[in-house]
Amino acid sequence: MLWYLGRRLLQVIPVFIGATLLLYALVFLRPGDPVAGLGGERGLPEAVKDQIRAQFHLDQPFFVQYLYFLKGIFTLDLGNTFTGRPVSEVVADALPITFQLALMALIIEAIFGIGFGLFAGLRKGKLFDSSVLVLSLLLIALPTFVTGLVLQIVVGVQLDWLPVTAGRDPDVVSLLMPAVVLATASFAQILRLTRTSVIENVTADFVRTARAKGLSRGRVVNRHVLRNSLIPVVTFIGVDLGNLMTGSIVTEGIFNINGVGGTLFNAISRGESVTIVTMSTVIVLVYIVANLLVDLLYAVLDPRIRYA
Amino acid sequence: MPENRYEKAPRPGQGHYVAAPEDVKVGVVDAVSTDEAPSSMWREAWREMSHRPLFWVSAAMILIVVVVAIVPGAFTSQLPRSNCLLPNSLLSPSAEHFFGTDKNGCDIYTRTLFGARASVLVGLLTTTFVVVLGTVIGAVAGYYGGWLDTILSRLTDIFFAVPFVLAAIVILSIVPSRSALAVALVLASFGWTTIARITRGAVLSVKNNEFVTASKALGMSRAAILWRHVLPNSAAPIIVYSTVALGTFIVAEATLTFLGIGLDPSTVSWGGDLSDGRSSIRTNPEIMFYPAAALAFTVLGFIMLGDVVRDALDPKARKR
Repeated sequence: MLWYLGRRLLQVIPVFIGATLLLYALVFLRPGDPVAGLGGERGLPEAVKDQIRAQFHLDQPFFVQYLYFLKGIFTLDLGNTFTGRPVSEVVADALPITFQLALMALIIEAIFGIGFGLFAGLRKGKLFDSSVLVLSLLLIALPTFVTGLVLQIVVGVQLDWLPVTAGRDPDVVSLLMPAVVLATASFAQILRLTRTSVIENVTADFVRTARAKGLSRGRVVNRHVLRNSLIPVVTFIGVDLGNLMTGSIVTEGIFNINGVGGTLFNAISRGESVTIVTMSTVIVLVYIVANLLVDLLYAVLDPRIRYA
Repeated sequence: MPENRYEKAPRPGQGHYVAAPEDVKVGVVDAVSTDEAPSSMWREAWREMSHRPLFWVSAAMILIVVVVAIVPGAFTSQLPRSNCLLPNSLLSPSAEHFFGTDKNGCDIYTRTLFGARASVLVGLLTTTFVVVLGTVIGAVAGYYGGWLDTILSRLTDIFFAVPFVLAAIVILSIVPSRSALAVALVLASFGWTTIARITRGAVLSVKNNEFVTASKALGMSRAAILWRHVLPNSAAPIIVYSTVALGTFIVAEATLTFLGIGLDPSTVSWGGDLSDGRSSIRTNPEIMFYPAAALAFTVLGFIMLGDVVRDALDPKARKR
């Protein structure tokens, strides 16, 4: 297990460097001189321009710039945004909000997805099962921004149950609607995954044995069916943490939340390269760590993986 | 009677009858035709699918969308842009405007029909690019193995680590002209990793089969074996994934266009119409209903088809 852990950790390093290099290249290799536009109509004196270039290492070759950026990531000193705030401060503000949002979404989708999936799987082919399946297909087919806008209008404006947008320091109540929106698509996936694996396990030999032993139905379902059905679901939830980070770009944009996604989106529309790269790196990092955790979890749950 | 009860009423799972050797007629064995080609996986999958109503429903949905995308003008007498009159702004549905008009006075019914083309085009192009790129990379990595596999797999890992919507947002924000082809290329440039992984896995599980060894023994070249034997036998999971992926790419395009960084605003598209409708969402939310419904209809068609195809091609699922 230790050997597997070490090898898997080592694999993360080239992936992290490669992915950030890719993002960095996408953002900074765009045409045009970032300094030329500064200073308004009169422009800046050459000396000032040179000084800015030196300050942001723009006079260095691309790869050296990237190394400075990596150094900044690890020393948490990433310079300032156009408005003068330190980038690290922006990240520190945004990250907890997005984590809270993602966590709420994870809880919602796990509880409802597993619950509905279990009941649908136990009643395979019945009315409840079929209607839940159709509903889940619809939820997968509807883009997040559509569900978001619909909920905003219906729950936020017409019924006035929840705040329409989350402000600067959002609380649990104002994040509830965005979290539901963020959770919808994954909820449908978890539901279908749980349902399939419950159906598979209900007919398994160990369930028949448990029933033959005379265990109560509730105990059979809880201990034998559900526990064994949760292995693929747990791994999906892990991978989904990464997907929720990307999903937050759209959801936070719609609900005006200053999380990772919202900040990233605003930075893109303003062309703030440093913020774009930093926020993207944060998302990529969460994505990589989530995938790593899933792999390790899988190795714990299924020992065969380790020797593969 | 009592002693017969145990023989006549077998327990569940033991109900089959095993004939004594003298009961089996030789003619039964002779009736098995050896000339007929064995039913292939594809024919069996087709037989399985054609019995399911869900297959025909989803196929009909996709057919409708594709026909509308090819000849939108056949279903409406109006044009999506040039018939717009500002005095007609925000009309309710009437005989002339089935779905009413938007704030620019454009017929919503017509715009919804014409919007299909952009979505279908981006979806098909992206899926084609992704399948070609992903299959080539995955197949080469899985089949040739060694250092080639190491390099290509790490490359896949790196591209996989960047969520493709994030990458698309970053790239599209610097692309000056965003045609359907450009958007498809951008989506595909980071969207190919899952197919590459699926293909690599499938090729790895196929390449040690006896028929591959046999072809090798017969002197077939490695590339020919890959093309003629390994790839066709690895195709099932690729087909299943790409059917569902087509739906996700359509959603991704609509999302990006809605955010204003997808297709050019001059292109008539559902994402663009949804973005336009957002400005009057409080007063006229019904404007957004039609493009959203069309989008959901299209994606639903592909996801349902993917479901049916998976059931048909996955022997594990077929048993149930």
